[in-house]
Amino acid sequence: MLGMSANSVSYNEQGSVESGVDAAQENSSIPGSISSGGAASSLFSADYKKNEDLKEMLESNKESLKLEAMKRIVGLIAKGKNASELFPAVVKNVASKNIELKKLVYVYLVRYAEEQQDLALLSISTFQRALKDPNQLIRASALRVLSSIRVPIIVPIMMLAIKEAATDLSPYVRKTAAHAIQKLYSLDPDQKEHLIEVIEKLLKDKSTLVAGSVVMAFEEVCPDRIDLIHKNYRKLCNLLVDVEEWGQVVIIHMLTRYARTQFVSPWREDAVFDENSAKAFYDSEEERRVDQSKPYIMDPDHRLLLRNTKPLLQSRNTAVVMAVSQLYWHLAPKHELSIITKSLVRLLRSHREVQYIVLQNIATMSIQRKGMFEPFMKSFYVRSTDATHIKTLKLEILTNLANEANISTILREFQTYVKSQDKAFAAATIQAIGCCATNISEVTDTCLNGLVLLLSNRDETVVAESVVVIKKLLQTQPSQHSDIIKHMAKLFDNITVPMARASILWLMGEYCEHVPKIAPDVLRKMAKTFTDEEDIVKLQIVNLAAKLYLTNSKQTKLLTQYILNLGKYDQNYDIRDRTRFIRQLIVPNEKSGALSKYARRILMAPKPAPVLQSAFKDRDRFQLGTLSHTLNSQASGYLELSDWPAVAPDQSVRNVEVVEPVKETGAPALSKSKHAKSNEKFYSDSEEEDGEEEEGSNSEDSSSSSSEESVSESESEENSDDSNKSSSSQSEKSSSESDSEKKKTLKNKKPQQQKLDSKDRKQKNGNAVKVESRSESESGSESSSSESSSESGSELDSDSDSGTDQKKNTKPKPVQSKPVIKKVEKKEVSLLDLDDFSPVPVTTPKSSILSPNLLSDLQGLLISPTASALQASSPVFVPETSHELLHRMTGKGLSAQYRFTRQPCIYGNSMVSLQLTLSNSTDQALENIHISEKSSTGQNIHRFNAIERLEPQASVTVSMGVDFNDSTQAANFQLCTKEDEFSVSIQPAVGELLLPITMSEADFTKEQGKLVGMNESSATITMTPENVSSQSVNRKVVSVANLGVIPSGQENIYRFSGKTVSSGSLVLVSVVLKDPDAVITINTEKTVMGSMLLRQVKTALTNSGP
Amino acid sequence: MIHSLFLISNAGDLFLEKHWKSVISRSVCDYFFEAREKAVEPDNVPPVIRTPHHYLINIYREKIFFKLMFLFSKLGVCFIVDVLYRMCADYFGECSETTIKDNVVIVYELLEEMLDNGFPLATESNILKELIRPPTILRSMVNTITGSSNVGETLPTGQLSTIPWRRAGVKYTNNEAYFDVVEEIDAILDKSGTTVFAEIQGVIDACVKLSGMPDLTLSFMNPRLLDDVSFHPCVRYKRWESERVIAFIPPDGNFQLMSYHISAQNLVAIPVYVKQNISFFETGSSGRLDITVGPKQTMGKTLECLVVTVHMPKVVLSANLSATQGTYNYDPVTKILVWDIGKLNPQKLPNLKGSLSLQSGAPKPEENPSLNIDLKIQQLAISGLKVNRLDVYGEKYKPFKGVKYVTKAGKFQVRT
Repeated sequence: MLGMSANSVSYNEQGSVESGVDAAQENSSIPGSISSGGAASSLFSADYKKNEDLKEMLESNKESLKLEAMKRIVGLIAKGKNASELFPAVVKNVASKNIELKKLVYVYLVRYAEEQQDLALLSISTFQRALKDPNQLIRASALRVLSSIRVPIIVPIMMLAIKEAATDLSPYVRKTAAHAIQKLYSLDPDQKEHLIEVIEKLLKDKSTLVAGSVVMAFEEVCPDRIDLIHKNYRKLCNLLVDVEEWGQVVIIHMLTRYARTQFVSPWREDAVFDENSAKAFYDSEEERRVDQSKPYIMDPDHRLLLRNTKPLLQSRNTAVVMAVSQLYWHLAPKHELSIITKSLVRLLRSHREVQYIVLQNIATMSIQRKGMFEPFMKSFYVRSTDATHIKTLKLEILTNLANEANISTILREFQTYVKSQDKAFAAATIQAIGCCATNISEVTDTCLNGLVLLLSNRDETVVAESVVVIKKLLQTQPSQHSDIIKHMAKLFDNITVPMARASILWLMGEYCEHVPKIAPDVLRKMAKTFTDEEDIVKLQIVNLAAKLYLTNSKQTKLLTQYILNLGKYDQNYDIRDRTRFIRQLIVPNEKSGALSKYARRILMAPKPAPVLQSAFKDRDRFQLGTLSHTLNSQASGYLELSDWPAVAPDQSVRNVEVVEPVKETGAPALSKSKHAKSNEKFYSDSEEEDGEEEEGSNSEDSSSSSSEESVSESESEENSDDSNKSSSSQSEKSSSESDSEKKKTLKNKKPQQQKLDSKDRKQKNGNAVKVESRSESESGSESSSSESSSESGSELDSDSDSGTDQKKNTKPKPVQSKPVIKKVEKKEVSLLDLDDFSPVPVTTPKSSILSPNLLSDLQGLLISPTASALQASSPVFVPETSHELLHRMTGKGLSAQYRFTRQPCIYGNSMVSLQLTLSNSTDQALENIHISEKSSTGQNIHRFNAIERLEPQASVTVSMGVDFNDSTQAANFQLCTKEDEFSVSIQPAVGELLLPITMSEADFTKEQGKLVGMNESSATITMTPENVSSQSVNRKVVSVANLGVIPSGQENIYRFSGKTVSSGSLVLVSVVLKDPDAVITINTEKTVMGSMLLRQVKTALTNSGP
Repeated sequence: MIHSLFLISNAGDLFLEKHWKSVISRSVCDYFFEAREKAVEPDNVPPVIRTPHHYLINIYREKIFFKLMFLFSKLGVCFIVDVLYRMCADYFGECSETTIKDNVVIVYELLEEMLDNGFPLATESNILKELIRPPTILRSMVNTITGSSNVGETLPTGQLSTIPWRRAGVKYTNNEAYFDVVEEIDAILDKSGTTVFAEIQGVIDACVKLSGMPDLTLSFMNPRLLDDVSFHPCVRYKRWESERVIAFIPPDGNFQLMSYHISAQNLVAIPVYVKQNISFFETGSSGRLDITVGPKQTMGKTLECLVVTVHMPKVVLSANLSATQGTYNYDPVTKILVWDIGKLNPQKLPNLKGSLSLQSGAPKPEENPSLNIDLKIQQLAISGLKVNRLDVYGEKYKPFKGVKYVTKAGKFQVRT
């Protein structure tokens, strides 16, 4: 109690002292005298006393007192006062339980640890303990503080902590780890190699939280290691929309740099090559030319980047808009640039600092591409309330935008500006007028006359600036304007600004031949006032005298002599030098040598007219939106944007080695998806093989767990049978038809199964015990084995898993659950053994190269990159059947088949992607196979690249996109070879015009509720008994239409959802079984499609057979 | 990245500093003070100052200079400017020297949370409010009684979820959603009253107090008007592209849903006209001023809060005027004449008339000062934009919904 009261007393005292200190501080922080010596020393004593008191408070037992003390200490820090001697007292509280107190201590530590390194070490163990805390917030903040303590001794500890945190389950902690990388790097650059390893690992992270921070670390630590990006390029592009704003900015800048090194320039003249290619068509002998004139096709990855960044132009964050704008400026084909204009102009409404930056960038852009901003010219009109630097920038832009068509409007606008009260701005306007006058010859005279009028302006700066500009203009065509020069001579007496006087004098001298009478008179006046003039004027007087002496020595000889004498004794050495030089040059005497003969040619040499050009002319060497661009000089840390490579580097480096690429938002690479599709069967076989090799000694069931067969939803007794078969021989299987048939169905089932399963897992928060119970409860059913270890499976898992349940998931779970199930089923291994379980060998069904990839996938499993409820998903089933496009008889040996890949089309969002297989059954090569430019029907078709040569008996697969516009109307086009043209048509089934989407059951019901009445069509059918099972219903429906399966809670209701490719309208299909009938309901806005789809689903479900 | 932040009041008092990396001496601000002295108006201080080791970014807002220095920046300056702005606007609502000085510890803690090593960590105000709760009188009372703290103990759920802008577990007894459609007219009119340039800047501010995780859809009667929009991150851009509706899961509380820009000049109605005659006489160092304001295209609504501001030339010493309506005030120091008219009565147009006295001997000003006009029209969006309906999905309750329209003058200038 006593202590309390003493404290409060001293606190009061303290208050008064503090206010006194504040007053002192305020006095001392008047500009210019921030920390004068006297004030500082008086401060020090006050500080000392105060700190004693704080120390006492910190050492007391009361939390509230400690907190109060810490708050005041932080207040001191914030005001920039020194509180470092409290370090020992503060550091004791680092382990406090009170989280608020702890935070304040952290704040203090970060500020002073660098100065008190030894004492700071006392706190390290606390952080190390906190790094293991179950609360992710505490883990993260411990890492943050630990990495912010700039004490070199703890570098190894930091390194260890970062490595550990990089594999943490919480994405927030991983994000903190990414931040820590930069801090450690700046503390100890020797750690670079280790840090790059961590960066590499984190780059693979699928969390949107981590992406921005790790790219930032990448830019900071190893911006030249472009190779680390390859594999993550597509993922970053696809995640971009969901990354937080600041991360977006960093990623966009990095990708800009990346793209400039990886793709070829899209800026070739488009107009030229149509012609060229037509020519090259006929001259086959010149291979090289064909090569050169090959039309530019943008790399799909390049397109992907442009497409995914475009929506960000709508961001509310100005930095993001600016970043996207610069990306388009540096990467997009010129004709696509115009989309950024509007967004940039919108930014002009922002705060003055933002305006300043945006205007600077626009100024640079407008030099190269006037057309972009011309329609928005009026947005750059100046208001009298704008700050001066904003005004000048706007003026700059207006000048850049001026052309023959709009110059009169601009000049009228300039007239208003010239009258502005802001004289600096008025002067800038005059310069701008001068610029316009030189750039646009039609208005030169008008401008000149206008400027001459300004000469009688009352304001000196305006007049001076006009004179200077007129001087520049006259230099271009002096002969016609002697009257202007005369006029200026008349005004000369009234002009006092030295620069203007000097300019007029220079003009007189230069064009003295045009004003032979006036010039000597001016010189006479000047001789009188020579001694009172400014230095620049004096120099020009000397010049004028010299020039007149040469042209008109009769009248001016004496004057010149007089002026030269005055100059000889001038105070300024420049003028003395000039006088001496001029005298030697022009006045003939015995000593003057060869030079004086050339005096006339030296002094009266024709001088090139100055070029008036924008100050932003050379700024385009810097990347737009960077600090370097703003300053127009290289800022430290600026990363140069490389030029486009002449030849694109290998594209395949960006391919990710997974069977199914991530497909939520973007399109997979063309070549890869093709590959994956056509070779699927083969691939899965090899996968098995690998699995076996890896786990050769393992029991057969564990091998079955990794093989694809195990995914079978068939009954568990069959399971072992199946896996036996699979392990026995592949050749047998692949040849055996029944088997492959079966496999096909399995394949169909697999993904949907997994989706169901992941849903499942979300509901039960899958720790090991739960998994066990589930595997029991579901024994005999299919799902336990569907924790597929196949790559694609885990991929899907990670995508469908939403981030909300991650806290429940414990880290080893996704990896371990599989073996748990197996072991529980067969071997009854105790769960405790899991600790020894090493995840790597068992979870890699594929070759070991893929294992890190897979692992990271599993780690990233917890975060869903997407938020939207209506998420496009990968197709559940892709039919292998292909349709005839061109028979070899009609095609004179060329045959073509097409099939629907059911993938989102990479060429355009509203296109259906198709795969075309062209084969040549003739005995000579076919050349230049392409689709004719003109499409007979209205559909928008993305053609495949012309195939230059197809060897006899060879076949080639290409892909194309067709926008069917959500109708089943056939797309007709011409398939051409060098010699022939064949009309062909593609008639899409209605089910192919859809893309599957995933949604929750609740969403489905909700959406269905919205699409009733006209939009609903339904039919009742009688099911054949073999179709009643859930698998068969699902299979039948997804084979007819490209729909996603929605996990259903009720047994007899099956739901499918998709959207139309072109318009994105929802299509919802539900099948309700009421033994023996079934009701099919289709809800969609596209009623025509709905009824067609209904018919097809009906047929599919009533037909028996596979 | 951002290295340090200094806050400097208009009087030149450096009252807060924060360093994210090593400490930089505050003497670096001398460069700024130098520039500040050179520029007469605080507005004219260059945004970027280059010093031998650092780059200083100056941001001037509400009479405070936010000042940052940093060593290396690879990113645009825009970026940093934005962080700062978000910081003051979002968190305190009002941001002035006194509020910052009063809450210095909280501001400091906030800065600590917002940036890590100079890179933004959490800038969403909802998250910040959960990490460090804003001080209210009620809470500080509760805290003293119960001893609970101002600092959140767990990681805000938003930080991790894919919708970082919304807190989980929001609950209200009255569920309400209000939308304010606020449009500002930016225009330049010339002497004769013809429009040199006009555009509309609109924002839709929302105040959404709904429980749970509602999914809202806002649709317009005439969405075609909007061709240049920017959205809060919560809006699903795809839906807008395809259906022209705004679908979003809203943040809790006040936020700006979207902003738009209508630049087509023919669409912009100018609600007011000004007849003015300002002249300065060659002799006698005096001048005359006569301003009349009248309604033009007001769509039948009344103009309110009408204010005319004139930045007089330096030589004008005083004004002796009489107003038929409202009050006028001339500040001889800043040379600003403010005429506060209030509500515009179309029957009896307000007029301000009288003489100006100039500094004797000084030449008469060349240019007549331009007039800035401020006005407000309730219940009207000048572009004609109308909200059609608001639907709530995902939650069962029926919220109370409201839409308000206001038109204001933005940068509305009449040249004379």
